Amino acid sequence: MKRIQSLRRFGITGRGLVVLLPYVWLLLFFVVPFVIVLKISFSDIDLAIPPYKPLIEWTAKNALAIKINFNNYAFLFTDSLYLNALINSIKVAFISTLWCLAIGYPMAYGIARSTPSTRNMLLLLVILPFWTSLLLRVYAWIGLLKANGVINNVLISLGLIHEPLTMLYTPFAMYVGIVYSYLPFMILPLYANLEKMDWQLLEAAEDLGCRPHQAFYKITLPLSRNGILAGSMLVFIPAVGEFVIPALLGGPNALMIGRVLWDEFFSNRAWPVASAVAILLLIILVPFMMWYQSVQARESAGAR
Amino acid sequence: MNYRRSYFIITCIAFGFAFLYIPILSMVVFSFNASKLVTVWDSANSPTLKWYYSLLHNEEILDAAWISLKVAVINASGAVILGTLAGFGLARFTKFRGRFTLNAMTTAPLVMPEVITGLSLLLLFVAMEQLIGWPAGRGLTTMTIGHMTFSMAYVTVVVQSRLASFDTALEEAAMDLGARPVKVFFVITLPIIFPAILSGWLLAFTLSWDDLVISSFTSGPGSSTLPMVVFSKVRLGVSPEINVLATITITVVTLMIVAVSLWMARASRLGKAPV
Repeated sequence: MKRIQSLRRFGITGRGLVVLLPYVWLLLFFVVPFVIVLKISFSDIDLAIPPYKPLIEWTAKNALAIKINFNNYAFLFTDSLYLNALINSIKVAFISTLWCLAIGYPMAYGIARSTPSTRNMLLLLVILPFWTSLLLRVYAWIGLLKANGVINNVLISLGLIHEPLTMLYTPFAMYVGIVYSYLPFMILPLYANLEKMDWQLLEAAEDLGCRPHQAFYKITLPLSRNGILAGSMLVFIPAVGEFVIPALLGGPNALMIGRVLWDEFFSNRAWPVASAVAILLLIILVPFMMWYQSVQARESAGAR
Repeated sequence: MNYRRSYFIITCIAFGFAFLYIPILSMVVFSFNASKLVTVWDSANSPTLKWYYSLLHNEEILDAAWISLKVAVINASGAVILGTLAGFGLARFTKFRGRFTLNAMTTAPLVMPEVITGLSLLLLFVAMEQLIGWPAGRGLTTMTIGHMTFSMAYVTVVVQSRLASFDTALEEAAMDLGARPVKVFFVITLPIIFPAILSGWLLAFTLSWDDLVISSFTSGPGSSTLPMVVFSKVRLGVSPEINVLATITITVVTLMIVAVSLWMARASRLGKAPV
């Protein structure tokens, strides 16, 4: 007891100790790394190991010199490759999010309105692909989409086409891959939201003479707003920086920023440029992350 | 509550599940195909188990699977400890200094693009090596630290939401009866959140087992994980052995999920709390 009291004097409590470990861990391995990325994004590239020059140096006259340069950022804005990749990534992520919403909303709605036993079964079926390797599921689409793949073989044997369609390594393949991989991330928050809906509101609306589609637009849709936002963020934010899907399905010309960063880092060994790309991407994505967090906070406050 | 059947919704659900499952089923079917062309069915010699045989004798894949397994188990165990502490703190302590930061730090990894997390972790490890000499080079340790950092966020969410759906009455009653906080945690709270901890462990295991991007950044020579080997193979096109690997993965995951959900359904029927 005495020991505990003496710890308290230093502001250390039992509660504090519980959160201290995860707190310090995340600070060290999640927050500090971004500071280092920021630092290296201001460094010069160097032909050394590691391939960048130090930012802070002791000069010959024993003075501390801090050399910050914006060359890497200037480079990102002069070579159109980077901005094009960034704009293209945002566009691809946005369109994919809309497709996930269009496919996921009716599914989440249907699951939320089914009988409890069917509901658990369907939920399990949504979660199952999420537990199976993303890489392998993306790989499956290569087999489906390629020139002598399953889709072309089926269409030819049905006599619908005579020449195989070129689908693999096109933007189409990339969209299919992203929508397919991220669909469960859209359905689950939407379902969690719709499940809490008071369906009697819809009956009341109908009794008062509202048509079903009117009731949907006036009641269901506004009430599920937080679910729509949460699901969209869970799809949009990671999709902007997606690497695996464009690398496997998008072909050599698929310009996605995640891929540009990867190539700068692994192929060109241009660590400072890769860091500048990461910082630029973060600046764009952090507002969306904060939005997501506030939506989550509202959702869980509403649940209580 | 009324359960309404609308043909539009039923059609949407049917198409949605077809979209989710046709690619998975196609891999299972073609894993039994004898042809090296993978998607062209060789009806004379199929179905066959020859690719299963060749996968189980592929040293490169087996070695990588062993590395992945080690990393995934250590990662899941560490992530469960960190995630449970964070989830418990966030759910039960409504006010403490740093709550906002902790909340933000456990939400951000869920959506952060992996290329950013991977790059930043690698640069941290390089800087630490220059500064304090640890970690010397990169390998299993750095990879496991990287995996724990993002998978503990998932565990936190699972544990936190389990605790949020549970009121504090039981814990308070035990405290009123004189139990020390640590005892309350182990006797009352831990059994309540055990299903969440179990699914958190499995989730963290799967995330690590499947991860390609963060592993590629944080691994060193001689520590290629299964996804890294699969990725380099798949980049060159389809391979029958990968279909076999996918089929085995799907079978294991399905059995595991069905077993866990049956166990949880049974536990909730026996009067324990619903999941």
